[in-house]
Amino acid sequence: MTKNASFPEGQDLNRFIKRRQQKGVIWRSLFLLATTIGVVALMILLITIIDDSMGYVAIQYKVEPDDLVIGFYQGMALDAPNVQTSNDMAWLADAIAGDANAVGLLDETGYQARADALQAIDVTDAPLHDVVVVASKDNSWAQNISSLELMNLFAVTENWSDVRDGWPDAPIRRYLPAPDSPALHTFIAQTYGDNPATQPTEALLAMLVQHVSAGKMRQLIDEKPLAARTREEYVDLITEQVLAPTVAATWSLFDSIFHAETVMAEAAQIPRAQVQFHRWITWDFITSPQSSKPEFAGVRTAILGSLWVVFITLIFSVPVGIGAAIYLEEYGSGGRLDQFIENNINNLAGVPSIIYGMLGLAVFVRALEPLTSGSLFELANPTTANGRTILAAGLTLGLLILPIIIINAREAIRSVPRAFREASYGLGATQWQTIWYHVLPNAIPGILTGSILAISRAFGETAPLVVVGASTAIFMDPSGPFSKFTTLPIQIYQWTSRPQAAFQNLAAAAIIVLLALLLALNAIAVILRNKYQRSY
Amino acid sequence: MTPTTDANGIYAIQANDLNVFYSDFHAVKNVDLKIEKNKITALIGPSGCGKSTVLRCFNRMNDLIPTARIQGDVLFHGKNIYDVDVDPVQVRRRIGMVFQKPNPFPKSIYDNVAWGAKINGFKGSLDQLVEESLRGAALWDEVRNKLDANGYSLSGGQQQRLCIARALAVKPDIILMDEPTSALDPIASLRIEELMIELAKEYTIIVVTHNMQQAARVSDYTAFFTVDENRTGYLEEFGVTSELFTMPGSKITEDYITGRFG
Repeated sequence: MTKNASFPEGQDLNRFIKRRQQKGVIWRSLFLLATTIGVVALMILLITIIDDSMGYVAIQYKVEPDDLVIGFYQGMALDAPNVQTSNDMAWLADAIAGDANAVGLLDETGYQARADALQAIDVTDAPLHDVVVVASKDNSWAQNISSLELMNLFAVTENWSDVRDGWPDAPIRRYLPAPDSPALHTFIAQTYGDNPATQPTEALLAMLVQHVSAGKMRQLIDEKPLAARTREEYVDLITEQVLAPTVAATWSLFDSIFHAETVMAEAAQIPRAQVQFHRWITWDFITSPQSSKPEFAGVRTAILGSLWVVFITLIFSVPVGIGAAIYLEEYGSGGRLDQFIENNINNLAGVPSIIYGMLGLAVFVRALEPLTSGSLFELANPTTANGRTILAAGLTLGLLILPIIIINAREAIRSVPRAFREASYGLGATQWQTIWYHVLPNAIPGILTGSILAISRAFGETAPLVVVGASTAIFMDPSGPFSKFTTLPIQIYQWTSRPQAAFQNLAAAAIIVLLALLLALNAIAVILRNKYQRSY
Repeated sequence: MTPTTDANGIYAIQANDLNVFYSDFHAVKNVDLKIEKNKITALIGPSGCGKSTVLRCFNRMNDLIPTARIQGDVLFHGKNIYDVDVDPVQVRRRIGMVFQKPNPFPKSIYDNVAWGAKINGFKGSLDQLVEESLRGAALWDEVRNKLDANGYSLSGGQQQRLCIARALAVKPDIILMDEPTSALDPIASLRIEELMIELAKEYTIIVVTHNMQQAARVSDYTAFFTVDENRTGYLEEFGVTSELFTMPGSKITEDYITGRFG
């Protein structure tokens, strides 16, 4: 019997080692699989959200934007003095040819047919296509005109001299193709454009007056005097009040890219629908207040609500949490009572958030109503005030994350090396000096990181706020701790429960905003942690 | 504690019948120890014999351990530092401490030295005090140009001398050293030993050491601790170092210093 008889040798040894290594390989693949599952789940989540946040939409307008603009300018042209209209190009051409003071609009063929008796007037800065502005050969003055002069020529001007100084003081006689004819359309589209967004303020106001009822107009003036409104505000008003687009159908990004033809075919079934590619998350979406119309709804109200609530949460729970952590870690004797408190805090961190909502409802909304509604400070109208305010919500979330903050802060305080405390005491420092000069400064990065992560939990919390009474439809920005409020997660929750398809897309866009804010918070925590990396 | 008369005579501090308990565990029993002024007294003994515990009794460092309980007297300037009217802060202000592992504060070298003086109400020139203390710890020449650097940028031996400078800055009567060289390499250890001998001209030093050669090299007196069958530490022998090492009074001491156990 050799001395190593009890251990495998030779071939056996090699096989044995191989088997042991193989076991490790199996475990490694399992761990890799676990990681992959996590990453894949995250990817699917992101893809689902992004898939919903942009894509084709079919929009129906009450009034089509180009109809609005062209209708408006056509009306203006037809209302000008001395206008004759006809469907008969030959008749128009004859009429113009025989009158030195006439000006008119012909299509290309109509002009070519009587080119012997007519002269074309060139628009120097914006030449026209397919239509020609013509005058009689007898007209000796009108040759080259600017586009502004062209507009004046077919508007309210009375005499030729009104258009340009030096032209005769004779009345302009206008000959136009019939209303809604292709020639007139083409002319207006080229001269004025067909997009409401590019029209001057006066034209927008006139369009508004034409299409909005007198009562609605008075209401708009009450909201904000017309003169105080900017051109952009007029464009928005026109969009909301006159064009009134509604989203008839939406398609996901995936369908929009890979099944574009199906999308178009489906869209063609919808009467008067215009298909366009729409990103739901835009700057307008972030800065617009909540609205019941998905085309105009934004998340400003919800973002401000979230920021307010989280601010209250922060100023309540962070100081209280750090204070409690310092007491328990540095002053607590570790006796029975301290053990009891500690166990309670650890358990509280695991209590479902909805239960905090019940607590908040009972304590902050109901019992402390005078405080949380603001009526105690006479800051709210006592007849309508109730406790369902930002303050109540912030305090509820504050209680929710308090245990987390305490646990994190204790961990940070405990991780300050004992050696620093001993060194400090050894120099004759008091307990408070030791805490203030050595424990806290070295624990602060950890405390901040923990607090920020707790705050980001509060930021994404939904259930307790539903119970506490976040408003589901609120159109006014919150103005202080006693305002009614909604928050981003509540807004998302509410939108996802709406039947209209467009709200699902809005929810996806809001989720992206929420995720971006949360990631920003977490990034701050990471940056803090790296910045104050231990030097000892 | 404002001593008017030097009631301890030639002794800087003395322990009378000192017993230490951690909860129910009797850690150290019946220690009588008189520490002479401006001498270096070494506490040696096997692991767990309570020498560090005894050292920490001299500046009430054991107060930081909630379960620790102390019986007996520790007389400092004729006053028992465990009397109820004595604030441990007063004691630690007069009796400085250097720890096993160098533990500078994560601050600049300057602040490390100045901080103790600041919190103790020092009114003089801090710059001067910092220089004086760093010179006292034989560190000045190495750090004079980088006083703003973090204490942790120094080498281990320099960090330990910084900790000594920090202790010197509050002008203590006694400096306790708890295995001050155990985390250092031999050359850095030697520099600390030289420094200790230098410091003994002005300060009373009590040093716990695992290294018997170190005790033999630097100390004037040596106290040998060991444990009984209940693992309770006690003072086996105390005497002038040269005598204790050459003519140990007991068999146990002899076995220990000749390396037969411990």
